[in-house]
Amino acid sequence: MNESQLILTIVAAIGLGTPLIFATVGETITERAGILNLGVQGMMLIGAVSGFWATFHTGSLLLGVIVAMIAGAALSAVHAFTSITLRVNQIVSGLALTLFGTGLASFLGRAGSNPLVGNPSRKVFEPLFSGAITEIAVVGPLLFGHDILVYTAIAVAGGASYYLFNTRMGLSLRAVGEDPASAESAGVSVARVRYIHVMVGGSLAGLGGAYFSLVLVPTWQDDPIGAAGWIAIALVILSSWRPWRAVVAAYLFGAAERFQFTLQTLGEPWSAVPSTLLAMLPFVLAIAAMIVLTSGKRARLLGAPAALGIPYFREQR
Amino acid sequence: MSGESSDTPAVELVDVDKAFYGVKANDQVSFQLARGEVHALLGENGAGKSTLCSILAGLYRPDAGGIFLEGRAVTFKGPKDALQAGIGMVYQHFRLVPNLTVAENFALGHPDVGVRIKQKELYRAAEELGERYGLPIDPSARIWQLSVGEQQRVEILKLLYRDARILILDEPTAVLTPQESKALFKTMRQMAAEGRSVIFVSHKLNEVKQVSDRVTILRDGRVVGEVATRDAEPADLARTMVGRDLELPSRDARTGFGPTVLAVEGLRVQGDRGLEAVCGISFEVRAGEIVGVAGVSGNGQRELAYGLVGLRTPTSGSVALDGVDVTRASVLEHIESGFAYIPQSRLGMGLAPGLTTEENLALKAFRRAPYTKGWRLIAAAFRDEGARQIQQYDIRGVRLGLPIRLLSGGNLQKALVAREVELEPRILIARSPTRGLDVGATQAVRNQILSERDRGAGVLLISEDLDELLALADRILVMYEGEIVGEMPAEEATAERLGLLMAGEREEVSP
Repeated sequence: MNESQLILTIVAAIGLGTPLIFATVGETITERAGILNLGVQGMMLIGAVSGFWATFHTGSLLLGVIVAMIAGAALSAVHAFTSITLRVNQIVSGLALTLFGTGLASFLGRAGSNPLVGNPSRKVFEPLFSGAITEIAVVGPLLFGHDILVYTAIAVAGGASYYLFNTRMGLSLRAVGEDPASAESAGVSVARVRYIHVMVGGSLAGLGGAYFSLVLVPTWQDDPIGAAGWIAIALVILSSWRPWRAVVAAYLFGAAERFQFTLQTLGEPWSAVPSTLLAMLPFVLAIAAMIVLTSGKRARLLGAPAALGIPYFREQR
Repeated sequence: MSGESSDTPAVELVDVDKAFYGVKANDQVSFQLARGEVHALLGENGAGKSTLCSILAGLYRPDAGGIFLEGRAVTFKGPKDALQAGIGMVYQHFRLVPNLTVAENFALGHPDVGVRIKQKELYRAAEELGERYGLPIDPSARIWQLSVGEQQRVEILKLLYRDARILILDEPTAVLTPQESKALFKTMRQMAAEGRSVIFVSHKLNEVKQVSDRVTILRDGRVVGEVATRDAEPADLARTMVGRDLELPSRDARTGFGPTVLAVEGLRVQGDRGLEAVCGISFEVRAGEIVGVAGVSGNGQRELAYGLVGLRTPTSGSVALDGVDVTRASVLEHIESGFAYIPQSRLGMGLAPGLTTEENLALKAFRRAPYTKGWRLIAAAFRDEGARQIQQYDIRGVRLGLPIRLLSGGNLQKALVAREVELEPRILIARSPTRGLDVGATQAVRNQILSERDRGAGVLLISEDLDELLALADRILVMYEGEIVGEMPAEEATAERLGLLMAGEREEVSP
């Protein structure tokens, strides 16, 4: 592998990691409120299709992003309602959300007289910077060769981190996820905090989905995001519920995904490795990381929100 | 309002009703709290004290009746409203977020904390408040690092930080040493002197007598008495509370114990975080003897019990029952060899909340006849045996087929004790068996323990309640930081002497 190949790989890893950052930070915020939302895959797909649709019909990328976020939030509101108000099993509700979102996204892509499927996006996010600054050796492509959403993702992670650990709402959020009864008796409205953050999480998942359909694979197809939603859920654990670590973890997985293509370009004997085997790499990495990180005593140090997945009844006796 | 007369109650409940699952926890309860008083709430378990407090604190909404704050009707949609109105509660199970720091718990939900949390200011304010009320704390410590007594301090300061005018303390002394209780009473008096009102929930008549200005007594969800403390005789209070005369078991110096039942030698057991919690303990329990273990909670008592009954394998040392080594035996082997265990948390560890009462009663014996025939469970046996035990042990409020968690604390404990006693154990290990129980249930549980002793079982009574140890035990060991730091016959023990040992003061007297 020569230097330019390495740079190309890293740049691609950053691109592939960006939607994972959005979705992982979103799910981190959701889980910090004590709600486990396994509907990330569904919300991302809905975000992908609705963002693509909005941009396809209006030609506006900004509108595409906004619509994707609203769609993700709307879908997560269903989960919020079932898990917070109705207090149903969050795993079941989240899985249902994924099944529903996957089906709906596929349907929306094929519906109507002029279906989206097979069509390229009218517009695609272009690199933010141009000219001399991107020509600088190494630094140029690595730091300045990306579209605006790449920088947004980093800002979102940084903002989420500050929000969690330095603001009043962030404190309420952490308390609600750790010990809702204590938070409630300190005057925090558990239900409100949970609703808000589940929907913020949903909107970020939607945004992550739109990154696929408007940047990475800008032609509508049934399944543009692969298993990114599931990877994001694993990344939340991998980053131990800390937004900054999610950035590192997401880029790492971007690199793992990119690795299969890089290997193909290296020639014999590397290109002889079956690509299907390499496509498994991110998932093997995810499973291995989870086993190592969550085994035995380490799990306790990870800092999973103590009330994660547990419905809260105020008047329970 | 300045125009109001000073005898308007700080808060008043009028004809409040509250029912759970059709059972009335509060029935036409009226209650007045004056400004600047310490008002004791006395009553058995299930008498409705906690319900009343939770209604005042906004946690429960009354089914009927009204709450009047400074003479004005108010409704609380949640604890937040009550807090804003100046009513705060320290629950029996603390409402502190374990993973957050002391200061963060102060800031949580506080209306005056800005969008951005200013750590330094918060630390300073927390420290100042602690000094002012004689309750020193480290604002940067995380809650899980603190002792129970320290956590309680944080709870009280948290309310003062919000300038609560009315503080509800639900059985605050249950987790404290006598010395800590005294300090708490001083703080309570100081708060009352500042014009705050304190509601003090307790079972302990001497504490009520010591600290309160007035007493309201509840029984079966109703108010059955309200008196000025100085006019009240403890015996009258007790009678009003229970609705009948009481005889607590009296004690006499006993001799003539049987052979050693339980022999523990150099026992070491790890705590949850991998540190050693029991550091080389040796003692014996003889047949027909009750050995008490005193100590402030968190000094290795839990791990000692776990190590003895097989819930946690000791790292070294040995445990023998009737001369047979059981150090590394499984929990089932322990049960079969004659161990019975009454854990501290009834619903957490002792009973399965979702199973029925009769199933819970059979939870240790179901492997044998009459519950089992081959691999089949005999439903009728569960019903019949259950009915018999419910009758025999006076477990009230049971409806067969319904989950046991619907029972009150006292009846849960009676069921738990019944199950263990039915095993006819060689050794009964009980942890704080009457914690949070009313006088009636306490008496029932204590009598069961005494009759086990009389039957010839050894009893190891691990408790934070010194009165209980002094009333029941023949010999008392004191645990401090995983070691036994004192041992004495019960006749020679006093609360003061035990309290000092529990606080880590080594006695200089040589035996």
